[in-house]
Amino acid sequence: MYLKSSYEIRDKYLRKDMLPTIFCPGCGIGAVLQYTLRAIDDLELNQDEVVWVSGIGCSSRVPGYVNFDGLHTTHGRALAFATGIKMANPDLKVIAFMGDGDAAAIGGNHLIHAIRRNLDITVILINNFTYGMTGGQVAPTTPKGLRGTTAPYGSFENPFDIAELAVAAGANYVARWSVFNYLQGINSIKKALQKEGFTLVEFLSPCPISFGRRNKLKTAPELIKWYQKLSVPISKAKEMSPEELEGKVIIGEFTDRDRPSLVKEYEAYKKRAKKAMGWEE
Amino acid sequence: MRYPFPVGTVDFIQGDEAIARAAILAGCRFYAGYPITPASEIFEAMSIYMPLVDGVSIQMEDEIGSIAAVVGASWAGAKSMTATSGPGFSLMMENLGYAIMTETPLVLVNVQRSGPSTGQPTLAAQGDLMQAIWGTHGDHSLIVLAPATVQEAFDMTIKAFNLAEKYRTPVILLTDAEVGHMRERVYAPHPDELELIYRKLPANEEEAKYPFGDIHGDLVPPMPVFGKGHHTYVTGLTHDEKGRPKTVESEIHEKLLKRIVEKIEKNKKDIVDYEGYGLEDAEIVIIGFGIVTRSAMRAVKELRKKGIKAGLLKLNVLWPFDFELIERIAEKAGKIYVVEMNLGQLYHMVKEGANGKVPVELIPKIGGEIHTPKEIIERIKDNLR
Amino acid sequence: MRKEVLIGGFGGQGVILSSVILGRAAAVYEGLYSVQTQAYGPQSRGGASKAEVVISDELIDYPKALNPDYAVLLSQQAYEKYLSLVKEGGIVIVEKDLIPNRNEELEKNFRVHAIPFTKLAEESTGLSLTMNILTLGFLVKLTGIVSEEAIEKAVLDSIPKGTEHLNLKALKKGFELGEKALKGEL
Repeated sequence: MYLKSSYEIRDKYLRKDMLPTIFCPGCGIGAVLQYTLRAIDDLELNQDEVVWVSGIGCSSRVPGYVNFDGLHTTHGRALAFATGIKMANPDLKVIAFMGDGDAAAIGGNHLIHAIRRNLDITVILINNFTYGMTGGQVAPTTPKGLRGTTAPYGSFENPFDIAELAVAAGANYVARWSVFNYLQGINSIKKALQKEGFTLVEFLSPCPISFGRRNKLKTAPELIKWYQKLSVPISKAKEMSPEELEGKVIIGEFTDRDRPSLVKEYEAYKKRAKKAMGWEE
Repeated sequence: MRYPFPVGTVDFIQGDEAIARAAILAGCRFYAGYPITPASEIFEAMSIYMPLVDGVSIQMEDEIGSIAAVVGASWAGAKSMTATSGPGFSLMMENLGYAIMTETPLVLVNVQRSGPSTGQPTLAAQGDLMQAIWGTHGDHSLIVLAPATVQEAFDMTIKAFNLAEKYRTPVILLTDAEVGHMRERVYAPHPDELELIYRKLPANEEEAKYPFGDIHGDLVPPMPVFGKGHHTYVTGLTHDEKGRPKTVESEIHEKLLKRIVEKIEKNKKDIVDYEGYGLEDAEIVIIGFGIVTRSAMRAVKELRKKGIKAGLLKLNVLWPFDFELIERIAEKAGKIYVVEMNLGQLYHMVKEGANGKVPVELIPKIGGEIHTPKEIIERIKDNLR
Repeated sequence: MRKEVLIGGFGGQGVILSSVILGRAAAVYEGLYSVQTQAYGPQSRGGASKAEVVISDELIDYPKALNPDYAVLLSQQAYEKYLSLVKEGGIVIVEKDLIPNRNEELEKNFRVHAIPFTKLAEESTGLSLTMNILTLGFLVKLTGIVSEEAIEKAVLDSIPKGTEHLNLKALKKGFELGEKALKGEL
């Protein structure tokens, strides 16, 4: 794979008048944004036909930086807005940029139902285990025992595994990587963008300022090492016992299938309706 | 174009059904909703009709998602609607604010039932008036219409779409369980008889650069819908004319919000609508909206038979509110009564309009039944004694 | 010309449907104004059922029946609850077999017709379900509130396909009974 320079990608796809971004030093969102733009560029998607949607949070600021149509909505609701966009104009390709709190807490219900419907959308999910924008509160993804401002003695709740949740709810494609798996990440986004139905690529992404600082993971090298320790490739995980996997996060491709998508199902439904009314054979 | 219901003719249908049919005739092609009494019949009718007219009707996971999908569809270019009642209306407040802030045309129907909370799901009320106008947080404006008959529910749905598109704003059709469920004679016009308004699109790329700028001097920016190559960025954050977030610049916030409020306020003359009966010589004026004005109308007729000079002001538009109209009436009348199915909401607006020029008295009723004409007459006669 | 009709009975008797058909006949086939309202909520399932139709040649203000000109009472409960609301001199149609306890004193204020509609429906169509249509035919013939043609068209609009024959038979039987009642032969 030929890699264009990031300047080329930046100049082609970013709105210069929106820069610099709000992202902190060491934040992983910029990297994931770059992977997504590289995937779009590689696939030669028409910039006029792609809409970016987001909710609230650091990662939700992304649609503002990219030179596409974009809808920056309310907290957790991106996928509900996206449902309207895609169903009203199925020719549009819709990408949702979401954070873990946005997608799995306040937007959890919209997430599982968008997946259940198999809405045609690619979700790029930045999982930094915390609420970065509001200052480091614990999230529904925070590993047990790690600290946030609203669980200063270490989280006492069980975290969600968003990728597994997406598989169980019926997504067509689910993958999870850390931001350091850049090639795998780009390839997964490319795969996701080419499929019909619901596709989700989750990225474990560092937030040194709001999350790392409170969990002895202040610097990028510390964080890289921690992610290496934390993540287990899916092939290796298959040979590990549940005890060994305790506290680990599996990375890799979780599912790749082709269930009929919402747009396809609705097209068939319209035909069924017209037939039932005797309007069509 | 083939319609899945009779057009250009009279039918006998429920208010909810009338709203659905009128929406289709107004060009609505996207509906998202969540089941709720007494608004479900709108959704059910949409579910039958939409796939037949190549539109979309989809059941969302809740009312938050319903109005969100409607906003999304509107930006994708479709005339869009949702309908609900009290509990769902409360959930919609979040994204109603988003729709106002992003100047998204949409129609939101509230078939009111008694509240608060689950209340009396099957019975009518008018307790959501203040919520319809002021329910979402922050400074804002929008348009609120109130039908009293099934025919008005039909006609006002078309008007709601026209106003939403013309002023790039959410419009609330504030009806109630009584109008929603009653069946009544309705004339559904043939589409050729209708004057439909569609949102103003940018005339060129230069115009498209200012999705939130008053570039035509009419306070309503052209709407660059998605998929046309405009690369429009829409955000609920305070934004400048180009749509770029500007969250700490107070003058930008003030400019944006003032325009959003003024585009409604300065077009009040075009939007406001009311009907008067016997106002020329009325010493006693009853003011109300929606279903109760039918009781009030009967009461006025009966009072006049008894030689009491009564009149009725039926407000078809509740926001923007014509305070000046109320003041003009207050200058002539001896007394104003406000009839409403709540414990006093319109009352406060009328009192403000009357400006102390005449006593204003409330005739409230809650519990689900509409006022009988007798209840209104007795109250007025008691005071005359 | 404002006429108010109240129909009361219990769930399953087709109270609501007959009120809708009557309102439709007036609005669609007679060019009149009409409003149909009904009691919703728990009372509309299984238990009591009540519907009202207001018909007028001018715009209808208050949409409910204040003092019904005509009442069709199909259950003991409906009879007890609504009889006293009927306008003095109004027409009251009573399901004779289902309303064993009658208030003779109160009935003196009205023109009462007590007929075993359910039994007659069973006899004429073989289906007691057609009782509501038969009663509607009786009401229309007796009061002339809408024409026979109008109610017939409205019935055909409102019933399931394949039941036209049965329902028209019931309707005609109602007309017949109404005719007899008018002539004082009942």
